Amino acid sequence: MSRSFANKRLAKELQKINNSLPPGIELVSAENFDEWTLDIRVLDDNPLYRGQIHRLKFKFGTTYPIEPPEVTFVNLPDRPIPIHPHIYSNGIICLDLLGQQGWSPVQNVESVCMSLQSMLTGNTKNERPPGDEEFVRGNRLRPKDIDFLYHDNTV
Amino acid sequence: MDSDEDFMSAVSSEDDILPDDSENEDMSGGEDFDDFDEPDPDLGISKDFGQRKRVAYDIPFQVYKPADIQKQQDELVNEVNMILDIPKGEAAILLRHFRWNKERLIEDYMDRPRQVLEASGLALEPASLPKLEVLPGFMCDICCEDGDGLESFAIKCGHRYCVDCYRHYLAQKIKEEGEAARIQCPSGGCNLIIDARSLDLLVTPELTARYHELLNRTYVEDKDTLKWCPAPDCPNAIECGVKKKDLDKVVPTVSCLCEHRFCFGCILNDHQPAPCELVKRWLKKCADDSETANWISANTKECPRCGSTIEKNGGCNHMTCRKCKHEFCWMCMGLWSEHGTSWYNCNRFEEKSGLDARDAQAKSRVSLDRYLHYYNRYANHEQSARLDKNLSQKTEKKMVQLQKESGMSWIEVQYLNAASQALQTCRTTLMWTYAFAFYLARNNLTEIFEDNQKDLEMAVENLSAMFERPVTELADSKLKVELMDKTSYCNKRRIILLEDTAQNLADGRWTFNVELTGSAASSGPSNRA
Repeated sequence: MSRSFANKRLAKELQKINNSLPPGIELVSAENFDEWTLDIRVLDDNPLYRGQIHRLKFKFGTTYPIEPPEVTFVNLPDRPIPIHPHIYSNGIICLDLLGQQGWSPVQNVESVCMSLQSMLTGNTKNERPPGDEEFVRGNRLRPKDIDFLYHDNTV
Repeated sequence: MDSDEDFMSAVSSEDDILPDDSENEDMSGGEDFDDFDEPDPDLGISKDFGQRKRVAYDIPFQVYKPADIQKQQDELVNEVNMILDIPKGEAAILLRHFRWNKERLIEDYMDRPRQVLEASGLALEPASLPKLEVLPGFMCDICCEDGDGLESFAIKCGHRYCVDCYRHYLAQKIKEEGEAARIQCPSGGCNLIIDARSLDLLVTPELTARYHELLNRTYVEDKDTLKWCPAPDCPNAIECGVKKKDLDKVVPTVSCLCEHRFCFGCILNDHQPAPCELVKRWLKKCADDSETANWISANTKECPRCGSTIEKNGGCNHMTCRKCKHEFCWMCMGLWSEHGTSWYNCNRFEEKSGLDARDAQAKSRVSLDRYLHYYNRYANHEQSARLDKNLSQKTEKKMVQLQKESGMSWIEVQYLNAASQALQTCRTTLMWTYAFAFYLARNNLTEIFEDNQKDLEMAVENLSAMFERPVTELADSKLKVELMDKTSYCNKRRIILLEDTAQNLADGRWTFNVELTGSAASSGPSNRA
């Protein structure tokens, strides 16, 4: 698949993003069509995330949007990795939407940000995924190569 | 449509060149073959068991070459074509839609033909045939294009995308993900499957071949009783009636025409006599870190005060923890000050302070020793089998050399090949007996098992030692006879061992120290091996 297909779509998305973004989502950088960063924050006052802003990194392959982008949280001094039972402390996100099976080409950067935003808003558990420590220490795989089991539909 | 007709004509031409194998004919003969869910064929299998009662580890199975598979599909299609009076191309689509369950298809079709046709995408009215459309004001949600004259397409759910995106999407599914018969609508959360006619319209010419290949595969993949041979480049499929729920009772090893031996239950290489569940656990245990923790607890001690891990690599028993400066005795783990005058010679045994620490350590040491005992033997046979395999490649050369030097004919040197085959098969079996034994709880039967294991091991080692002798010696007719004897003895010991374990497994007489069925589903991410 040619790069141009992805680029064309990303150019359109960028145009739309530059015009307007939903509240709580901000574009930080989009220098090229390989990698973008955005900031998201939770809009209500969920005590878990009050006053926090989180940095998201999107990596686009040549097959975007047919295949999902790689989306992770980035840890910076003023941008913590949100605590959530589906977010590992190294920023890797376990969300079916971002996997081969759950992804649909109709999704886009904005919709992914909104999904993550609402995933945080709805969360009440102050915890990491089970086995976080072991996973973070042992994982050498790219997020797309990890076989997540999407078994938990409650959060 | 024409693509389906292509598929049909390709089938019939292959049909003609298929050699008339009466045994195959028997097995693939329509009714008694295609639905193993019905009670009738099950009887067939138990009858088969009855005939072969002498060998409990031997599972009846049948290998099908691509032409056989094609022929079976063809027969099903023909049958549906005749019974329901619908064109063959459409019959094929319907059968795939019903996952090759002919009975259900016919029943459903008789009851409500219209719904069945609609559900499988074979709409009757020409107006609802899939077609590309140019709609005014349309914008594609995938590429965000909205130009005039943009061709678009949608299946019944109405999620409409431009043709270009649709084709990109299908290319990804067909080329990269190997899907064909059950590709879903590109829209998120829409599970509607894109029907065959729509795919015929949309699949681009460079994908057609791959698309039809994948379609043909659904026949094997949809049937629980059929599985592809996992050997690289092997196009055959194997039919076996062993069901998933029986895997705690039987180890269904099958062997393909390509000589690859594998387990029908889990597709891994032959692992008799160990049942699939034990194999899964064993491989996981060997791969993960669980025994590292055991090593640590067996070879190190923890400071009784601060818990720091300490490995003693020399020196006397008077330990001073580097971290907390706690002084204790390495032998009894008790306070050093309690030792009084018995300097450097701990002879106190029943003092309370050291008892608990020693208990815990003894436990992990026993557990580690036990694991290592079985693992070392398992790994040793695995390695030997690999070395024997190298040897078998050399055997080829040996055989040629032998023919030249001794003037023996090709058939006369086959005993070398037989010996090498026996070595490998027996080593594989031995290897898995150790994984099996690791999970075995002791009872009266384990002794018989261990005797059998020992006998096979001795037979194998004997043969292996003899096999390594130089070719010139092996040409001697006396040694030749001896080697042949040893080979057949090895094979016989292996059969005795497998026979015994399989029979006891089928009768549920083994007790394992783990649960054989319904292992708890692990949560969290499982990294692909």
